[in-house]
Amino acid sequence: MRDIWLSYGFATVNLIGLMAQFRPNLFPGKLIIVEGIDGSGKSTQLSLLSQWLRSRNLVVSFSEWNSSSIVRGTTRQGKKKQMFTPTTFSLIHATDFADRLERRIRPMLEAGAVVCADRYAFTAFARDAARGVRRQWVRNLYRVAIQPDLAFYFRVPLDVALKRILGGRAALKYYEAGMDLGLSADIQESFAMFQQRILEEYDSMAEEMGFHVIDATRSIKEQQKQVREIVLQHIGDALERDVLQLPPE
Amino acid sequence: MSRKTNPLRFYDDPLPGVDVSDLQGKLIVIEGPDSIGRSTQVEMLRAWLEERGFAVADTGMARAALTKDGIREAKSGHTLGPLTMALFYMADFADRLENTMIPALRAGFIVLTDRYFYSVIARAVARNQDAEWLERVAGFAIAPHATFYLRAPVKEVLARVVRGNLYFDYWESGMDVPYGKDRYESFVGYQTKLMEVLDSLAEEYGFTVLDATRSPEQIFEDLKRGIEPLLED
Repeated sequence: MRDIWLSYGFATVNLIGLMAQFRPNLFPGKLIIVEGIDGSGKSTQLSLLSQWLRSRNLVVSFSEWNSSSIVRGTTRQGKKKQMFTPTTFSLIHATDFADRLERRIRPMLEAGAVVCADRYAFTAFARDAARGVRRQWVRNLYRVAIQPDLAFYFRVPLDVALKRILGGRAALKYYEAGMDLGLSADIQESFAMFQQRILEEYDSMAEEMGFHVIDATRSIKEQQKQVREIVLQHIGDALERDVLQLPPE
Repeated sequence: MSRKTNPLRFYDDPLPGVDVSDLQGKLIVIEGPDSIGRSTQVEMLRAWLEERGFAVADTGMARAALTKDGIREAKSGHTLGPLTMALFYMADFADRLENTMIPALRAGFIVLTDRYFYSVIARAVARNQDAEWLERVAGFAIAPHATFYLRAPVKEVLARVVRGNLYFDYWESGMDVPYGKDRYESFVGYQTKLMEVLDSLAEEYGFTVLDATRSPEQIFEDLKRGIEPLLED
């Protein structure tokens, strides 16, 4: 992609960079998203956060990565038969995201809910780039997404994440382990190498994307305390003022 | 291969792992509205080219192994939104480009494709999506050697649809937008908009516009005349 640079006196603005941004959230609802590699504990943290928000009487809607009922069958087939290229993998996940955006995230924000999303466009930015898809192309693909009000990045060193994952859970899957990239014939080794790439992508976009970086090696409780503080500090007023309250039971 | 037609090039972002200098075949696109006779022309062209000794591969919109069933199923319901539709079709296009068109081009085939990503853009724009955004998404596409746009006024399209189907398809009528209070009204409005977008894409991408109000044989003659120069080595 050709970058276009314009100079206004002192400031130089990258027009492509600007165009790659999301759409602003002009709705009363608030969008909170979590990111991080597998085993970072982000889902646990988001679940604790949403319980807390509900306990404060707010309407909360959950949205998970890769959960569109329309696209699910295609994703499953593509994975099972190993039909994906990096480009079609990226496009199918964007299709899944688009469906969630159109049918859930946007209407819920419009209605005034707090939408908690477990992974967002940044997951695609990191994973697709780790697969060799051009970063600017993926950025453009998700330009239709809504800008989150808060984005948390649960940062954890690779070895800690690997210990958490490889201990307790079922066998790794082909694409999850990045086996399509041919990094290693050993699936665990391939997974580790692929996750390392993703981690590097997350780290390198953290500042630009305005992530609130949480040290995910700390205790679950300490992390949650920090997350709640950040929520109150940044959108506390809006939560009381704009967000839909639960009706009394 | 003649210098004026090869090598092929990507519009924008190259696909990972594809070297365009390996692609020795020819890529020919037939575009146009619903029921205008595109597949008839593809069939006739295939026979003509094969008779002359050229290997031909043909493909068309929504035929990708990856997405065929998924798209059909999504369209059987009423929950498919315009953004999701656009990207689903773009995934279909990418799958066919990478797994059908490019391998055939590499093997030196003439690839005939019934619609290209231009139709994906037209349908999306007719549903209020951003053309410039989708054009950049489609940046991984290969610029074809030629695109023939079978064009006829909406009245003609209407007559063909009525003759062929005896009803107006929900999606071909843009009822999800919609463009009118009933199927007929919405069909006319939607197809008019589609044609407007295709007309502007025709200018932007340099399509060869063919008058599709004529007989299939007359259109075929034009197509042969247009393709002939691409076949000279």
